[in-house]
Amino acid sequence: MKEILKALVDVIWKMPQGLLVTFKHMFKKPITLDYPKKKEPMAPRFKGLHYLERYEDGSERCVCCGLCAAACPADAVYMEPDENENGERLAKVYEINMLRCIFCGFCEEACPEEAIFLGREYEFATDSREGFIYSKDQLLVPHPRKESAFKRTIRRIRKIYGVEESR
Amino acid sequence: MEQKTLTLNMGPQHPATHGVLRVILEVDGEKIVKATPVVGYLHTGIEKTMESKLYYKAIPCTDRMDYLAPMSNNLGYCLAVEKLMDIEVPEKVKWARVCLAELSRIKSHLVWLGTHAMDLGAVSMSLYAFREREMIVDIYEACGGQRMMTTYIRIGGLAYDLPPDFEKLVRKFLKEMPARLDDYETLLTNNQIFIRRTKDVAVISAEDAINWSLSGPMLRGSGVKQDLRKDNPYSGYENFDFDIALGETGDAYDRYKLRLEEMRQSLRIIQQAIDGMPSGPYRAHVPGVVLPPKEDILHKMESLIFHFKLITDGFKSPKGAVYQGIEAPKGELGFYISSDGTNRPNRVRVRPPSFVNLACLPVLCEGSLISDAVCAIGTIDIVLGEVDR
Ligand code: SF4
Ligand code: SF4
Repeated sequence: MKEILKALVDVIWKMPQGLLVTFKHMFKKPITLDYPKKKEPMAPRFKGLHYLERYEDGSERCVCCGLCAAACPADAVYMEPDENENGERLAKVYEINMLRCIFCGFCEEACPEEAIFLGREYEFATDSREGFIYSKDQLLVPHPRKESAFKRTIRRIRKIYGVEESR
Repeated sequence: MEQKTLTLNMGPQHPATHGVLRVILEVDGEKIVKATPVVGYLHTGIEKTMESKLYYKAIPCTDRMDYLAPMSNNLGYCLAVEKLMDIEVPEKVKWARVCLAELSRIKSHLVWLGTHAMDLGAVSMSLYAFREREMIVDIYEACGGQRMMTTYIRIGGLAYDLPPDFEKLVRKFLKEMPARLDDYETLLTNNQIFIRRTKDVAVISAEDAINWSLSGPMLRGSGVKQDLRKDNPYSGYENFDFDIALGETGDAYDRYKLRLEEMRQSLRIIQQAIDGMPSGPYRAHVPGVVLPPKEDILHKMESLIFHFKLITDGFKSPKGAVYQGIEAPKGELGFYISSDGTNRPNRVRVRPPSFVNLACLPVLCEGSLISDAVCAIGTIDIVLGEVDR
């Protein structure tokens, strides 16, 4: 009898309180986004599609040292070294397989030349497996870049790793 | 007339099995006579993969076991390796780790609450739980750049320093969360439908719970006071003031209340951690084992050499074996690492809480109704990534 009474009290008194909680949400702003049109802002450290940086004069920063490939836990990076006419070392082939990549950012941490960064792009679906293997041309940032985009990147990365603006 | 039982196959693709768990049910009418969980559909060989990798490269593997609480997994593995290498981490790292691990406890319990209540018919609950979880993944994103597979806790410290807006984000979360927890209570605690589905369902006695070597909320729900954070403190948990939530009867309703209380206690710990966060370096200074700071790599030859060596070749560990258990959201998560003196672990064995807890499923649901099997699976709080590894 006591059980039934308690159940009755719950149904008559407690349940409407629960319903009130859900009812109140009708008047609140929705927290979902109209996704393809609107996007959530990303944290500064967000790890998305990679890109290879250049020096300000347009030459590549990457010296094909292989540290990023060594650090990669998913073995997603492949490279072949070459030399340019001045005898400087650079990568002939530099590929990242985005199907293998887990976007851990170890390559960015490992790079001693500040050449590879994980950017903001995350919508890069394609319809073939080959399309996911990004070659050096696709990864390198276009040369004449808008104002000091490069400096911005470096500044961002130094902030993350706690490096002073000294060099 | 001859009486026959019917064999029913629940899963591997069943929404209430939370992944790819298969349960073979032998039923007599509506009653379950025998329940046999079958695991292995998500086996990815994580332990073996970890053995083939350098110590630091195995950290991303740990994220992928219990993907609902990645920070706890990172923490367990890193503590084990630090024990093996005898590394003492700075004070700030300990506090930050505690803060993050407790956040991951809340995150895991929220997903559990959402899915468990949804299995029992309360669909709006899952929406609310995931809304609050969003705040935590935002904190993770600010810390490590990833929302789920964070890989933020590293051997000897953290990947990067805590972000500048860390405190702001956490305080915002701390401010909003208690009211939200009260909302959940209003929705479920006195809800007759929920009570009838969970009270006296999936009961396990304290003695049985110990004999099945359960841990975490499954064990404490039966009234056994066991919590590694208190019994065997790691990462500076002895500095924090919190209570262990306990259940009484060991049914699903008790465990629901216990997990809610655990979230409240976690909020308390996070509050203390964020108030008393010491300042200092975010990584231990152990050349050759812990990566040197990026600044040194750019300016100092010696650091660059250590960096090259560490990235390409890892570090050599002393011979021996260690075991480190931590109180993960789902129970005792243990890492056993045996080393033969090379730069790769000889054997990594994980003691996954969901796997061990899942073994008691027959005890929970034999003799009950078929629909209670859903409740029993939900109340154990399994993550198949961890069960199968
Ligand atoms: S991206 Fe950096 S780490 Fe990778 S090969 Fe180039 S210079 Fe070396
Ligand atoms: S982000 Fe990680 S997985 Fe991807 S290429 Fe870099 S190191 Fe490899």
